[in-house]
Amino acid sequence: MAELTGLVWIVAKIVALVVPLFIAVAYMTYAERRVIGWIQWRKGPNRVGIQGLLQPIADAGKLLMKEVVIPQNANRFLFLLAPLFSIIPALAAWAVLPVGEGMAIADIDAGLLYVLAMASMGVYGVIVAGWASNSKYALIGAMRAGAQVVSYEIAMGFALVGVLMAAGSLNMSEIVQAQQGPFWNWFWLPLLPLFIVYWISGVAETNRLPFDVAEGESEIVAGFHVEYSGMAFAIFFMAEYANMILVAGLAAIMFLGGWYSPFHGISYIGPIFDLVPGTVWFCLKAAIFLFGYFWFRGTFPRYRYDQIMRLGWKVLIPVTVVWLVVESLFILTGFGPWF
Amino acid sequence: MQAIRDLFNSFLLIELLKGLRLTGRHLFTHKYTIEYPEERAPQSPRFRGLHALRRYPNGEERCIACKLCEAVCPALAITIESEPGADGTRRTTRYDIDLFKCIYCGFCEESCPVDSIVETRIYEYHFERRGENIIHKEDLLAIGDQYEQQLAKDRAADAPYR
Repeated sequence: MAELTGLVWIVAKIVALVVPLFIAVAYMTYAERRVIGWIQWRKGPNRVGIQGLLQPIADAGKLLMKEVVIPQNANRFLFLLAPLFSIIPALAAWAVLPVGEGMAIADIDAGLLYVLAMASMGVYGVIVAGWASNSKYALIGAMRAGAQVVSYEIAMGFALVGVLMAAGSLNMSEIVQAQQGPFWNWFWLPLLPLFIVYWISGVAETNRLPFDVAEGESEIVAGFHVEYSGMAFAIFFMAEYANMILVAGLAAIMFLGGWYSPFHGISYIGPIFDLVPGTVWFCLKAAIFLFGYFWFRGTFPRYRYDQIMRLGWKVLIPVTVVWLVVESLFILTGFGPWF
Repeated sequence: MQAIRDLFNSFLLIELLKGLRLTGRHLFTHKYTIEYPEERAPQSPRFRGLHALRRYPNGEERCIACKLCEAVCPALAITIESEPGADGTRRTTRYDIDLFKCIYCGFCEESCPVDSIVETRIYEYHFERRGENIIHKEDLLAIGDQYEQQLAKDRAADAPYR
C-alpha cells in the first residue's frame, strides 16, 4: 500500500512537471513568432483568440489531424521510433532540475552528469531520423547535427565543470544552495566567460539559430525532419523546444541562482522579494534565456558549417580551459564572496 | 593595430551586441503589418488588377477590334474575333482574356488607341470551376459599366503624366 501511494505520488509529480512543460512548449512557439515578428516590424500571429493566444492550440489541432507520411524506402520501425528518441531525453532530463526549493522529482547526487548524459542522448533521435528517412537531405542534416552536438558538448561540459568546481557538488539543489544570496553572489559573475560559453554552446546544442545547420531551410530543405509530417514532425518540434527550455532552466540553476530572488539575504527588501515563490523566480530567469533564443534568431545569420566547427573547437574550448585555470586560482586564494 | 581591434571586437562579442541592440530597438518600433480584411494597403491610380472593357458615355462600345492588345500581349492571353457590326463598323464578336495566362503587365491598356481595355483596381476575385478563368466580352463590359466612374477618375488623374 505504501509502495502504491509512493508510485501515485511520483506520477503526480511527473504530471505536475510535464503538463506545464508542454504548455510552455506550445506557447514558446507563439512567443517566438510574436517576438520575431516585432523584430521584423511585423505584428506576428494575432488572429486566433485574443491577440492570437489560441494560435498554438490551432496549430496542434492541425498537426494532429494531418497524415504521417512514411516514405516508401524508409526504415519504418526506426522512422517511427526516432521522434521518441528525441522527446524522451528532453523530458527525462527534467527529473533532476529543482524548479523550486526541494522541488526536484529525483534529487540525485550525480544530477549534473545525468543532465549532460540526457542532453547528449537527444542527438540519437536526430541521427536515427536522418538515417531512417532514406533521404539525402535528412542524412546530411543528421550528420551535421551529430558533429555539431558532439563538438559543443565538450565546451558545454567544460563550462559546467567550472560550476562544479565553484559549487563543490554535482547535486543540482546543492549547486543552487552554493549560490545563496543576492544576485552578485550567483555564479554568473565569477564565471562570466564560462556563462557566455555555456549560453553559446547551449544554443548550438539545441540546433537553434544561428547554429541551425542541421535544419538549414535554405540549404537542405529542413534537414533531419524533412520527411516527417503531422504528429511525428510535431514531436520533433516539441523536443526541440523542450530542449531549449531545459538549457534555459539549467542556465538559471547553474549561473543565476535557481530559485533565489535577486535580493535574497539583503536586509529589509530581501524578505519582501522572498515572499514570491522560488518557482516564479526560476521561471523568470529561464524566460530571460528563452527570450535570448528568439532575439538571437531574429538578429544573427546562420553560421557556415566550418565556421561553427572553428568556433566550437578553436575558440570556446580554449576559453573554457583558460578560465578553469583562473577559477582554480580564485579557489586557492579564496577570492570574493564566492569561494 | 586594426587587426588587433577587429580581433577584440569579435572576441568580446561587441559586433554581436551591436546587432542585438539594433534588433532590440526594432522590438519597440512601429509595426507595418496591415491587417488585411479590416485594413487595406493604399492603391495607386495606376493599379493593375482585373480587366474591364469601357463604353462611351452614349453607351457605344469603345473597342474597335484593332487587335493591338492581342498583338502586344506578351503572355498571349487575349483572343479577339471581329465582324462588321450593325452600323457597318468593325466590332468584336469575341473578346476573351485568359486570366491564368495574364501577367497583369498593362501593355493592353497602353496599346489601346481608344482607352477601351483597361485594368481596374479589383484584386480580390476567384474561380470555382474550370473555364471560369477565361473571362468573356460580356463580363468585361459589365465590369466596365460597374466601375466606369472610378476608371474615368483614375485615367484623368494619370493623364497629366502621359
